Amino acid sequence: MAECGRVDSNTSHTMDKSITLPPDEIFRNLENAKRFAIDIGGSLTKLAYYSTVQHKVAKVRSFDHTAKAAAGDKLYEISMQEEVTARLHFIKFENAYIETCLDFIKDHLVNTETKVIKATGGGAHKFKELIERKLGLKVDKEDEMTCLIKGCNFVLKNIPHEAFVYAKHADSEFRFQTTNPDIFPYLLVNIGSGVSIVKVESEDKFERIGGSSIGGGTFWGLGALLTKTKRFDELLQLASKGQHASVDMLVKDIYGGSYGYLGLTGDLIASSFGKSATADKDFSKEDMAKSLLHMISNDIGQLACLYAKLHNLSRVYFGGFFIRGHPVTMHTITYSINFFTKGEVQALFLRHEGYLGTIGAFLKGAEEDNPNQYSWGENYAGSSGLMSVSPDMNPMQRARSGTFPFDMLEMDRLERQLVNLPLLQDPSSYIPDTVDLTEDALAREYWLYCFEEALDGVVKRAVASQPDMPEAALRAEKFRQKYRHKLQTLRQQPFAYGSLTVRSLLDTREHCLNEFNFPDPYSKIKQRENDIALKYYQKAVKSLDELSWEEKQFALVQGVLAGNVFDWGAKAVSDVLESDPEFGFEEAKRQLEERPWLVDSYDQWLERLKGPPHKCALFFVDNSGVDIILGVMPFVRELLSRGTEVVLASNSGPALNDVTNGELQILTERIAAMDPVIEAGLREDRLLLVQSGSSSPCLDLSRLDKVLAMVVRERQTDLVIIEGMGRAIHTNYYAMLSCESLKMAVIKNSWLADRLGGKLFSVVFKYEVPAGKPNKDCGAFSPS
Amino acid sequence: MDKAKSMVDKKGASGPFHVNNGQSQKVFHSHVMVATNGSCCSSSSNAFGSSTVPSGSGTFENMHHLHRGDDAECSGSPAKRCRLRRRTESVRKHRPPFPWFGMDIGGTLVKLVYFEPVDITAEEEQEEVENLKSIRRYLTSNVAYGKTGVRDVHLELRNLTMCGRTGNLHFIRFPTQAMPRFIQMGRDKNFSSLHTTLCATGGGAYKFENEFRMMADLELLKLDELDCLIRGLLFVDRVGFNGHPECYYFQNPSDTQSCVKKPCTLDNPFPMLLVNIGSGVSILAVYSENNYKRVTGTSLGGGTFLGLCCLLTGCETFEEALEMASKGDSTNVDKLVKDIYGGDYERFGLQGSAVASSFGHMMSKEKRDSISKEDLARATLVTITNNIGSIARMCAVNEKIERVVFVGNFLRINTVSTKLLAYAMDYWSKGQLRALFLEHEGYFGAVGALMELLKTTEDP
Repeated sequence: MAECGRVDSNTSHTMDKSITLPPDEIFRNLENAKRFAIDIGGSLTKLAYYSTVQHKVAKVRSFDHTAKAAAGDKLYEISMQEEVTARLHFIKFENAYIETCLDFIKDHLVNTETKVIKATGGGAHKFKELIERKLGLKVDKEDEMTCLIKGCNFVLKNIPHEAFVYAKHADSEFRFQTTNPDIFPYLLVNIGSGVSIVKVESEDKFERIGGSSIGGGTFWGLGALLTKTKRFDELLQLASKGQHASVDMLVKDIYGGSYGYLGLTGDLIASSFGKSATADKDFSKEDMAKSLLHMISNDIGQLACLYAKLHNLSRVYFGGFFIRGHPVTMHTITYSINFFTKGEVQALFLRHEGYLGTIGAFLKGAEEDNPNQYSWGENYAGSSGLMSVSPDMNPMQRARSGTFPFDMLEMDRLERQLVNLPLLQDPSSYIPDTVDLTEDALAREYWLYCFEEALDGVVKRAVASQPDMPEAALRAEKFRQKYRHKLQTLRQQPFAYGSLTVRSLLDTREHCLNEFNFPDPYSKIKQRENDIALKYYQKAVKSLDELSWEEKQFALVQGVLAGNVFDWGAKAVSDVLESDPEFGFEEAKRQLEERPWLVDSYDQWLERLKGPPHKCALFFVDNSGVDIILGVMPFVRELLSRGTEVVLASNSGPALNDVTNGELQILTERIAAMDPVIEAGLREDRLLLVQSGSSSPCLDLSRLDKVLAMVVRERQTDLVIIEGMGRAIHTNYYAMLSCESLKMAVIKNSWLADRLGGKLFSVVFKYEVPAGKPNKDCGAFSPS
Repeated sequence: MDKAKSMVDKKGASGPFHVNNGQSQKVFHSHVMVATNGSCCSSSSNAFGSSTVPSGSGTFENMHHLHRGDDAECSGSPAKRCRLRRRTESVRKHRPPFPWFGMDIGGTLVKLVYFEPVDITAEEEQEEVENLKSIRRYLTSNVAYGKTGVRDVHLELRNLTMCGRTGNLHFIRFPTQAMPRFIQMGRDKNFSSLHTTLCATGGGAYKFENEFRMMADLELLKLDELDCLIRGLLFVDRVGFNGHPECYYFQNPSDTQSCVKKPCTLDNPFPMLLVNIGSGVSILAVYSENNYKRVTGTSLGGGTFLGLCCLLTGCETFEEALEMASKGDSTNVDKLVKDIYGGDYERFGLQGSAVASSFGHMMSKEKRDSISKEDLARATLVTITNNIGSIARMCAVNEKIERVVFVGNFLRINTVSTKLLAYAMDYWSKGQLRALFLEHEGYFGAVGALMELLKTTEDP
């Protein structure tokens, strides 16, 4: 059945309704909220609203050329501007708090344009009157299943690592699935009071192909009768402690062993509760609960498999209150699916399963805003993460322990739509991250420690970036607390936001900084470095031009690598930079490892350069300053000279000292003024500056700006260059592309260097040609 | 089906064993007595106790003769000599000696079929050993045995010819729990002296094998339960139910007013989906007598119904549970679609009267406190039945089979379930599937086991 666990009033827990909440931290950005939706289930209420967040962004603006003299030495000016971005808020709380929450919302809701609230869930009817009275909004009911499917499509498309496989006994219980942009078709098995089995074929096409009346309500109702235990969570707890074999009749109870001919092992259940019909004894509550759990999970699993087989579907997601965050039921369902499909189908679960209904209801109400036209990203700062509310703790315990059972999901609307890089060899198997810290305990330990160690420095820089704001120190302190808390949570629950990776740790830090209005702590440092580096540009180019062709090629590569040593993101380097600001380009070159490098395919690269020019190169750039100006630009210049078009992809928003698209526009203009090659490139549209769509120090090639993907396709890009540790080592080290690729980085972290078998400042120069695409003309032409 | 897998244990030279003639793969069971003077009563050329089995024509002469090693058997009392002669004759006619039993030892119930010969000649009568006679009288003159054994008199198949003998086939059942007492009885009645083969199927044939051997000196001929089920079912359907068809279905299953039971025949039974509801449930796709596969099974079966009923209502027997269920109303326990949506859920074509959540109302404490045992029993019955119907229907669709035959003791005196299954098959398949039932619900395994005993003469 469709409904997700509607229960009668007397089964929901009576709580002290006057309990004080810290709602400022829960119903965030309420003052601009509009478009409400609510999903009221059996015990939990999920509220959704759309809001705009006003936050500071650092903007760069080129000084007027005519007034250049007046601007002094500065290349461009940085201004802090207020920007408004869209954010979706989803909050989940126990039904007991509903009245308190509605009161709070009413008191803080400023926007009067909102007239209706979309509602779904079995409880929507029951609370209709209360909602209308408290909020003065008209309750507009939406079909539950439609909402569920809409929500499911939305999270599958927009949240990487949304789906996971549950493996109770594995090193990491949660194995997250890579995002496959092609999410259809799939089967959704929603286990509420009853079970609905829905086949989803496209955004708007889905069908309830079956169901069962034996579901969560059966477990709860029958379990309550058998064990005199009222609460669903308590029943699950009982079940997790029980032994089903004392209640169930097993194959071995009938056969004395296994039924070998049919391949039925002795431990299989032949008849659920079979022993309670004959054995004249009392059964423990735990054992009966366990037997009941197995009976229901197996039954649902069996039906799901029969439907999956009939409709030839292999992706089967499970949801509903029976599943929601309960390791016990995820385990029994997983077991059942494995048994019935002999491992051919995996049971998949969703991180934000509890929110599907409310997300869907919200989307129904927001259709005029076309939310599906945008890409959305999970905001790690505002979201609480998986298992933030332990299902094993009842509300009384939680209230006593002082933690409030509120769970939040926040999603930012991204500027543009994000899509796959068209040059990925196999988008469905692409995993951006090199190391999954969820699985690798040792690496996790190190990186969590590393980020915690670096926190003081980040706070310091954040404060320093806003010298004329006296309350910056206070905000920075709040940032410190928030990020430290995130790190602590991740230590306990590495799976909270999907697979834990260096990228997710970095992104979480950026989200937290933004949260406290530190949009670009490095803006001034970047500005200074860009200024200094520009002064050396012409000199650097001139000395390169004096070299022989072969020497020049090597010097260009060395320049990119040396430039990349200038990186405030890496702890070892930021220490040096901060103590010795004169640390120069030449110095950096000397620090570089001698060839042969740790990973060294320079010879192949050189051979390739002797061949015909590439049609178009896509270059993912890294840092501001020396890196981009003295390292990357001369390299780009050489490519242009060879007749290769160049697309420079830089971050849309700031992250560490990475050069942003805005900054790069200005820098390139300035360089063009000095360099006819760059100038001609720009003028002839052979040098393009395109934003990547990302604001991360790392790179996810499956979530790139749609415009970039279009340009890459139009220009028939045949070379991808990825530079820097964040983009080429922490991510994409193993990325397989369908064209030639070049990954260049200097390892600026001794632990990582050690792990890769190198040492500090070891060089990775990885030039790859996809198998089956050898460049036949290679070496046939003399260098241009 | 490969008969070679009919498992026959050989225990030295003293058990029933099979002869593989290499061609028809027939299984023979010979229990030929050794003449008092020590010579064989047949012209077998094989040495006693030979454990190798040559291939041959499958005739009597080529069969092995067992020496029971029982000295008392070889003594020369006239009565025993007579008995021996009779038995020898029986074997000559390719017929096992009486008594003829077939047994199916399930997880909850033991099903026993007993062939009572009614064509016994005066001579035979005279020669019949005392304990064989007493077994016959005990079984045929009683309808209840001990506290828990029952003979289903209404199922008796009269004047049946099997193996050239005419008799009545009796259907007896008792709880598997009483198995130790049954074995004890076999020992007390010196059953082993009759030298009959006890053909047994069901899991208990394996589980109790040792106890039969140790306590009663009896060797079981263990047979696969699904082989027996299909063979027995096809046989009973073929011979009919005392002149009436064995099979029936419900006409107008979707309309409680005009729903009537109608006899029918399984003229062309294949393919059929066979759903055997015992303690648990097995679902088979049967393409011919010897070609079938087990599609799936579920642990939610008759044992679950009774087990849950016992826990929920304190009842003790299946009859009690069904009696309560017949008086109850499951809609006080189950949450229906209309309880949630106020009517039909049109978006998905679900009727308001469909069950949305079995036991769903029991989430509420108030309702738990006021619910009757009868309602709980009814809900348990409806839940288990609907679930079986649902799985069976899916299997039928997946296997592309339109005929679904339900058997097993869960359906005994259980018209609530049979009608519900008939309705479910018809309604959810929009009339595509037909549910069929058989009068001898749970006895086919035992009949199949008996037929294995008579196999030698069934197909000469």
